[in-house]
Amino acid sequence: MIDPITRYYRTVKDVTGPLIYVTGIKKASFGEMCAIRLTEGEERLGQILKLEGELAVIEVLEGTSGIDSETTTVIPTGDIAKIGVSLEMLGRVFDGVGKPRDGLPPVIPDKYIDINGLPMNPASREKPDYFIQTGISAIDGLNTLVRGQKLPIFSCAGLPANELALQIVRQAKISEEEERFCVILGAMGITSREAFFFMESLAESVAQERTIAFINLAGEPTTERLFTPRIALTVAEYLAFEHDYQVMVILTDMTAYCEALREIAGARDEIPGRRSYPGYMYTDLATLYERAGRIRDRRGSVTIMPILTMPEDDITHPVPDLTGYITEGQIVLSRTLHNKGIYPPIDVLPSLSRLMNLGIGRGKTREDHRKIADQLYASYARGCEIRRIVSIVGMEGLTELDRKYLFFADEFERRFIGQGEKERTIAETLELGLTLLKILPETELVRLR
Amino acid sequence: MAETVETRGRIYGVSGPAVVVKGLKGARMHTICYVGSSGLLGEIIRIEDEFATVQVYEDTTGLTLGEEVVSYSEPLMVTLGPGLLSGVFDGIQRPLKRVREISGTFITKGLKLDALDKERVWEFTPLKKKGAAVRAGDVLGTVQEGHITHRIMVPPYIEGGVIKEIVSGEVSAESPVCILEDGRTIGLYQRWPARKRRPFGEALPPSEPFITGQRIFDTLFPVAEGGVAILPGGFGTGKTITEHTIARFSVSDIVIYIGCGERGNEITEVLRDFPQLKDPVTGYPLSERTVIVVNTSNMPVAAREASVFTGVTIAEYFRDMGYRVSLMADSISRWAEALREISSRLEEMPGEEGYPPYLATRLGTFFERAGKVRCLGDGDRQGSVTIIGAVSPPGGDFSEPVTQAAMRFTGALWALDTELAYKRHFPAVNWHKSYSLYYYQLRKWLEENVAPDMPDLREELMAVLQKEAELAEVVQIVGTEGLHDEDRLTLEIADIIKEAFLRQNVFNPKDAFATYTKQYWMLRAIFAYKNTATEALKRGVYLEKILSHPVRTSIMDVRNADNQQIEKEARKLIEEIEGAFTE
Repeated sequence: MIDPITRYYRTVKDVTGPLIYVTGIKKASFGEMCAIRLTEGEERLGQILKLEGELAVIEVLEGTSGIDSETTTVIPTGDIAKIGVSLEMLGRVFDGVGKPRDGLPPVIPDKYIDINGLPMNPASREKPDYFIQTGISAIDGLNTLVRGQKLPIFSCAGLPANELALQIVRQAKISEEEERFCVILGAMGITSREAFFFMESLAESVAQERTIAFINLAGEPTTERLFTPRIALTVAEYLAFEHDYQVMVILTDMTAYCEALREIAGARDEIPGRRSYPGYMYTDLATLYERAGRIRDRRGSVTIMPILTMPEDDITHPVPDLTGYITEGQIVLSRTLHNKGIYPPIDVLPSLSRLMNLGIGRGKTREDHRKIADQLYASYARGCEIRRIVSIVGMEGLTELDRKYLFFADEFERRFIGQGEKERTIAETLELGLTLLKILPETELVRLR
Repeated sequence: MAETVETRGRIYGVSGPAVVVKGLKGARMHTICYVGSSGLLGEIIRIEDEFATVQVYEDTTGLTLGEEVVSYSEPLMVTLGPGLLSGVFDGIQRPLKRVREISGTFITKGLKLDALDKERVWEFTPLKKKGAAVRAGDVLGTVQEGHITHRIMVPPYIEGGVIKEIVSGEVSAESPVCILEDGRTIGLYQRWPARKRRPFGEALPPSEPFITGQRIFDTLFPVAEGGVAILPGGFGTGKTITEHTIARFSVSDIVIYIGCGERGNEITEVLRDFPQLKDPVTGYPLSERTVIVVNTSNMPVAAREASVFTGVTIAEYFRDMGYRVSLMADSISRWAEALREISSRLEEMPGEEGYPPYLATRLGTFFERAGKVRCLGDGDRQGSVTIIGAVSPPGGDFSEPVTQAAMRFTGALWALDTELAYKRHFPAVNWHKSYSLYYYQLRKWLEENVAPDMPDLREELMAVLQKEAELAEVVQIVGTEGLHDEDRLTLEIADIIKEAFLRQNVFNPKDAFATYTKQYWMLRAIFAYKNTATEALKRGVYLEKILSHPVRTSIMDVRNADNQQIEKEARKLIEEIEGAFTE
C-alpha cells in the first residue's frame, strides 16, 4: 500500500549509533520501513522503532556512517518489513536482508510476506510426534528430535557445533527422501571462514537445490542481524505450509543476534536487564523460536536448530538461559569431552529433548526406548558422581559396585557418545545402550523393569 | 453497572505495545478502548493531561499516527457461562477454536469475537419458582455441560429481587432465563471485570489437602485446598510436566490451565491428549473439566499480562458454584516479564532487575484470589481455588525478584532442582529446599483420614533424607568404603526412598497416581525394611548379604501396585521383609 502523496522528511535531528531521530513527522506507522537517501544519492533502509508525536526513532539497516542532519532525506515507504518469497529461492545465497549474494539476479517474488509473521494459533498446531533419525546416538537414543521441534545446540567457543549441525542435516535427510526436504541457513555475524565452511559442507551433503542461505557476516552492519532470522523463518513457513516442504532451519550464531539486540537497546537508552541485555529478550527470541511447528491438515513442518555460543561456557548466561526456557530442550556440548577426543562432544546430562516422548515408543522407535534412556541417564549420572569422589578419596575408597559404575561411565562416553563420524540406526543405538548396561549388576537396573 | 460512555482520540505515539493517545477526554483508568482502523483492543494504563497511554493486546506494527481510538468506560471483562468448559481462549478470552475457523492457522489482528457462542442453545432446568425472592449468588437453575452441572447463579451485581418469570427447557445465550419484578433480566451469561475479585460469603481456613496423587507433594509438602504452591526451577527441570501432571491427576472438579508466555507445542499436547484421557476419579474425559487460557510466548505481551486475571476470574466463577477448582499458571515469570516490558515502555522508574516496584503488589492481587470459601447465595455451598504457579528464575537462581515476590504469597514451595533433572529423577523436587507451611494445619486431617501414624512416617522419612545429606558430605572425603556399615545401610535406605517412593513416573499408568492410602502403605513397607535390616545388621548379618537380598527389588516394585490392592500387597511384602534376614 503506497501512500498517494509521497512523504519526504529532511529533518534528521540526532544520529546516535545505528539510530536516527527525525522530527516533524506528520504521518508514519509503527514498524514502517523508510528509505534513507544520503547526500551522495546512496539509499539505505530503515525501520521506525518508536513514534512520539512528531518524532520518529528509526533504525538504519546498513549503518549510520555518512548520515547528516542537513541533507539526508527520509522517505517512509508506506509498508512494514516484508520479504518477497518464491520457490526460486531454493539453491540461492542471500545477504542478511535478503539481497542476492551469489551474483545472480534477484528472484521474482511469488508474494510478499511480513517478516515478523503472525503468531500461530495454538489450536491449529499439530502434535509434533514424527521421529527424525539423526544417526547420532546421544540424540536419537537419549534426546530424540522430532519434526516441528526447536532444539538448539549450546556450544562453547572452539567446539565443533557447526560440524555437528551439518552432520545432523546430512543424516536426517535420508529418512526424509520421499518427502520434499530443504535446509535454510540463517547466519548472523559469522566469519567469512565459517560462511565458506557452511556453504561448502552444505553443497557436499544436501543437493544445492535444497538449500537457501541468508548470510550476514561479522563485518556487516549489526542492525541487519535482527532481520536475518526473521527472513529465514518467513521463507521457511512459506515453503513448509504452502509447498509441503519439511524445512530444517539452522540459525547461527544466536549469541551474535542477541548482541545486536543489546546494541540497539543500548542506543535507545533502554533500561538494561541482566548483563545489559534488554528485558524483552525472552519475548523477542520467542517470536523467532515459536515459529517452529507443524500445522493440522498440512504436510510440511518447520524444525529449528539454533546454534549459540555460551560465553565462558556458562549455561546460566542470559542467551542460553532464555533460549533454554523457550526451546524444546537443548543439546549441550562439553569442552571436557572434546578435550578427551570424543566426537560428537555431547554432554548428555544437561541435554534434553522435551518432545522425546512424543517421538518414541512402540511403532516409532522401540517400546522400551524410554526405559533404556532413563537407565542410561541414571547410571551415567551415578558414574559421574563417583568420578568426583575418586578425585578426592582415590580408587581405594570405592566399593566394587562404585568401580563398575566408573567403568560404565567411561565406556558410555567412549563408545555410546563418541561414535565419531559413523552413523547409527536407532536400533543399533538402543542395542549398544543395552550392551553397555550389562557392565552393571542386574539389581542396579531398576529403571529397566 | 454504570452506563458506558464513548470518547474518541487520536494516536500520538507508538512504542511496542504502548500507544499514546491524544484527546481522550474523560477517559477512565483501566478501561478498554479500540485502537486504530483495525480496532485493536487495549486498556488505558496511564493518564497524563490530555494524553492517555494504552497497552494494546495485539501487535501494534502498522499503527499510524493520527488513527482514531475509541474508548468505552468499561474495564476488561470476562464472559462467564455455559460453554467455558473444554474451551481454549487467548489472554483476552477470544475463543481460539473459533479464531481458527475464521482466520486459519495464524491469528490475524483485530478479530472481535464473543468469548462464548451466543447462538448455542442450552437445556435449562429451573430450581426456583415464580414469586420466589432471590439474592446475589442464589442458584436459579442448572445447565448440564458434559458431566459437570453448570449452576446458573444470580450475578453478584444484582443484589436481589423477586422472580416474575423463569423459563424452563431450551434457552439461547441471548435470551433471559429469569425476569425480576423490577424488570431486570438474568441470562445464562454474566460478565465480570477480570482484575476484580469476585465476592463470596465467607473465607474458610485451609483444613484439607489438595490431593495431587504425587507422592513427594502429598506426603512431604502438601498444599491445602484453597492454597497456593509455587514451582520454581531452571529450564528442563520439569515445571510444565508437573503442571500437566497435576492438571491430569489432581482431585479437582474443574481445572483452569493458563499457558502464560510459554510454548505452543505444549498446549497442543494438552489440547490433543485431554479429550482422550480420563479423570482418575470420575472416569470422564479430562477435557470436560478443563478450561485452557493460553497466550504463548510469541503472542502479544500485554494480553499475556491479562491472561492470568482472565484465568483466575473463570476459576472464581466455578468456585462460586461450589466446585473445587485448581488453577495451573505456567509461568508466573513470563507474566512478570510482560509487566516489566510494559513498564519499561512507559519509562517508569525500574525496581530490582528492571521489574517495576509494584511487581509484588500486582502479583499479590493474583495469588490472593486463591482460597476456600463459603459461596454467596443459598444452599451451603463451599468452593475453592487452589493455585499452582510455575516460576522460571533466570539461571535457576531463586534469589531473583519474581521467585522472591512469589514466595511471599505461597504456602508451599516445591523447589525444582537441575541436578535431579540431569539424573532424570522426576519429579525433580529438591526435598531439602522445599517446604510446606500447610503441613501443620493438615496433620489432623492426615491422622484422621489416612492413618494415625502417617505424620510420624513422614517425619521419619525426612530424618533419613537429612541423615543422608550429612553422610554424603562424609563420603566426599572418605569414600563409601570408609563408612560404618549402619551408615552405608542408611545410604541404601535413602536410595530406596528416592528410587521407590520420591521418584514417580507419570508415563506409567500404574505409577502415575498414588492415593494417600497407597503412599501410606508404601512408606510402611520401606520402613519395615529399614527396621528389619537395621536389626539384622545388629545381629551380625553381613551388610552385603542384606543388600543383595531380593526383597529390596520387591520394594522397588510396590509403585506398580494397584491403588485398590495396595494394603493387601503391602502387608504381604512386609511379612516377607520381616522374615528376610533370618538365615
